[in-house]
Amino acid sequence: MIRSDVLKSLIPVISDQLVVCNIGLPSQELFMFDDQPSNFYMLGTMGLSSSIGLGLALVQPKKVIAIDGDGSVLTNLASLSTIANNDCGNYILLIIDNGSYGSTGDQPTYAGRKTSLAAVAKACGCENVVECDAVETAATVKAALDADQMTVIIAKCQSGNIDVPVIEMNPVMIRERFMAEVRR
Amino acid sequence: MVKAIDTRIVDDLVRNEISFATTVPCKQLAGVIEAVDNNNRIMHVPSNKEDEGMGLCAGAYMGGKRPCIIMQNTAIGVVINTLATLIQYYQIPLPMLISYRGEIGEKVACQVEMAVHTKALLNQLAIPTYHFHNAEDVDELDGILKYTQMCKKPTAILTDASFWSSAQ
Repeated sequence: MIRSDVLKSLIPVISDQLVVCNIGLPSQELFMFDDQPSNFYMLGTMGLSSSIGLGLALVQPKKVIAIDGDGSVLTNLASLSTIANNDCGNYILLIIDNGSYGSTGDQPTYAGRKTSLAAVAKACGCENVVECDAVETAATVKAALDADQMTVIIAKCQSGNIDVPVIEMNPVMIRERFMAEVRR
Repeated sequence: MVKAIDTRIVDDLVRNEISFATTVPCKQLAGVIEAVDNNNRIMHVPSNKEDEGMGLCAGAYMGGKRPCIIMQNTAIGVVINTLATLIQYYQIPLPMLISYRGEIGEKVACQVEMAVHTKALLNQLAIPTYHFHNAEDVDELDGILKYTQMCKKPTAILTDASFWSSAQ
C-alpha cells in the first residue's frame, strides 16, 4: 500500500471526525477522495500539522486527528515533546510513514533509514505509541478513537504517488467551514 | 519575578479575551511569561520553536480561542514562511508580543545582528508593527489587541530594553 491507499482505507473511520491534514499530496488526496468541511487542508507550512491539531485538541472537547508524514514530522520533531507534555485524550497523531518526501519526488527521509519515529515519540514522553502496517491503519485509528487517550500512530507504507489535482479552494473558506464544524 | 508592567500586559490580554498563549523564552520577557503562566484565564502551552508555536495558535483559534504568541525578535528569522502561508493566508488574528533585543541598552552584540533586520522584515511582510520604547507606550496595547481581531492579521508589538527598564 502507498499513502493514497492508506488514506482511502481511512475514509469510513475519519469522514465524520475533525481532521487536520498535512501539506501537499496528502491533503490533495483526502480532498479528492472525501472532501468534508471537517477537513482542514494545509496549503503551505510544512511540518505544522501536528501542532495545529494539538492546539485545536487542547481548547475544545471534540476528537482531532492530525495526519502527518514522516518527512514533515522530522522538520518539527520537537512537536512530539509538546504533545507528550500537554496530554489530551481527544488527540490522535497519525504519521503516515512512507520513508520518503512524497510530495517532492520521493526523496528518501531519515525515517526510512535508521531513525525510528516511534522510538523518538516514546523518548519524548508520548505514552501511547503504536506502529502498524499500512493495512492495519484504519483499525488502529478506530481503536484510538474509541480509547479516549492521546495516541501517536506510525503507519508504515510504501512510497509512491498517484496523480491528484491541486486544491483550488480559498484558504479562508477552508478555515471558516472547518471552524463551523468545530462549533457544531 | 512578575512586575506591575507584566500584570498590566496580561490584564490587557485577558480583557481582550486572549485565552491561549504560547511562549518561547527571552530574558526580557521572563516576568510577562510568568504572569501568563500564573493566570488561570489563559491556557499557556510553551513551544520549542516559534513556528511550532504559531501552529498551536492556529489550532487554538480554530477551536474558538483567541491566541497570542510571546517571543524574541530573533524568531522573525524562524517564522517568515509560517506567517505568510499559515497566519496571513488563512487570516488568523495573532498578536505577537516580541522582545526587541539588540536595541539601545543591549549588552550582547550578536543580538544587534537581527535587531537591524527586524523592522525591515516585518515591513516586507506588511505586518502592522508597534514599537514600545517608553513605559507609557503600553497604553497602546488594548487598542492594538482590538485592531488585531478586527483585521484578522498578525501584528507585532516590539518591546525594547528601554521600555522594560523604564516600566515598573
